[in-house]
Amino acid sequence: MNKTIHVTVNGAKHTLEVEPRLLLVHMIREVLNMTGTHIGCDTSSCGACTILLDGKSIKSCTVLAVQADGRSITTIEGLAPEGGPLHPLQEGFKENHGLHCGFCTPGMIMRCVELLEHNNNPTEDEIRWGISGNLCRCTGYNNIVKAVQWAGAKMRGEETPSTEPEFV
Amino acid sequence: MIAQSFQYESPGTLAEAIALLNEHGDEAKVLSGGHSLIPMLKLRFATPAMLVDINKIPGLSDIKEEVDGVISIGALVRESQLEYSDLLAKHFPIFKDVTKLIADPQVRNMGTLGGNLAHGDAANDHPAVMIALRASVVITGADGERVVPIDEFFFGFYMTAVQQGEILTEIRLPIPSAKTGNAYHKLERKVGDYATAGVAVQITLDEGGIVTAAGIGLTNVNPVPLRAVRSEEALIGKPLSDETIALAAQYASEDCSPSSDLRGSEEYKRHVTGVLVKRMINKAAERAMA
Repeated sequence: MNKTIHVTVNGAKHTLEVEPRLLLVHMIREVLNMTGTHIGCDTSSCGACTILLDGKSIKSCTVLAVQADGRSITTIEGLAPEGGPLHPLQEGFKENHGLHCGFCTPGMIMRCVELLEHNNNPTEDEIRWGISGNLCRCTGYNNIVKAVQWAGAKMRGEETPSTEPEFV
Repeated sequence: MIAQSFQYESPGTLAEAIALLNEHGDEAKVLSGGHSLIPMLKLRFATPAMLVDINKIPGLSDIKEEVDGVISIGALVRESQLEYSDLLAKHFPIFKDVTKLIADPQVRNMGTLGGNLAHGDAANDHPAVMIALRASVVITGADGERVVPIDEFFFGFYMTAVQQGEILTEIRLPIPSAKTGNAYHKLERKVGDYATAGVAVQITLDEGGIVTAAGIGLTNVNPVPLRAVRSEEALIGKPLSDETIALAAQYASEDCSPSSDLRGSEEYKRHVTGVLVKRMINKAAERAMA
């Protein structure tokens, strides 16, 4: 039996009829047609489907759409206004070559939004533990760490570090 | 992967949730954080006809100090709440040890302590911690609450003292006396993996450095979460020395019953258990004396 849910996604209110077994990531991608949130492993291992649920980063492949009833969701599409300036994390990933293929990037960024909200000046170790639930198969993570540090500096209003890419 | 169809209710009171569980019997499952249950639904290892989501029930999400020397943790308290709680950090630094080793930050934003215990999986990390801390578990059913000591909680593979029509609602931890320390560590192949072996220790020392109380719990080296009774007894009433610690480690590696699998052979797991018992006793003792 379908359930009626009320969710706010990137500031817009939606009322949806969903099957209880519908996963949140499928609601986002297939009902709301927002494909910025990716499905990687579908087993809560890779973090590609990370979104914010009431401001907390969660893996939307392991949450039911009905669980989001009455709650607020932010996806990568909601991070920066269309045509407006990028979010510091988006800019940081761009400036620091924090992505190659880009598949993990939306999940990485959504995870790091919460990470930087919690602590806007994390050490390298804190960043690596902080993204321990997000897999990247291209970058080797070094430039992702730099991108997060760069975004942290920008959010603190400090001069951003040099963006020379690291070749290892 | 798509789960088999099920009905879903998210009652706003405990009474309604219990009524639903009683109405649907063994066709019903309780949904807490969902990070054990939803993967099982997606793999169709579990095919309940009714999911009772307890997340909208108020009063189950607090960590608070009670008047009777007990810290009460609501069943819906998330791993991330345990990780950052100042109240817990004061008495139980072990929660910082253990939460960091459970899955990853996103999973810890959803996963709950109550669910971790009620799932009844000896591979989970909190059961050993609860054994070391001598927790008790509050279970609520149609006839009210009952309090079950942790040693009477785990029955077997995915089996606990929680019966049909009941919900685990609260975890109670006795606040230990001064000069108590606790610590947890597990060997894992990679971040987020289940333990190859894990050990939780809490010890209390008196002014003369004699061990007056000890709790030692083992993760994933036994069909059910195991209290290392002989290891505890080896410490109590004696000063901590290399000999008593070595004996406690030896007893734990002898008394557990690990199975050989991809994480290691039985022999290897017994060895690792002993090593971790030594290290965690030392770490707990350091914290007790700090």
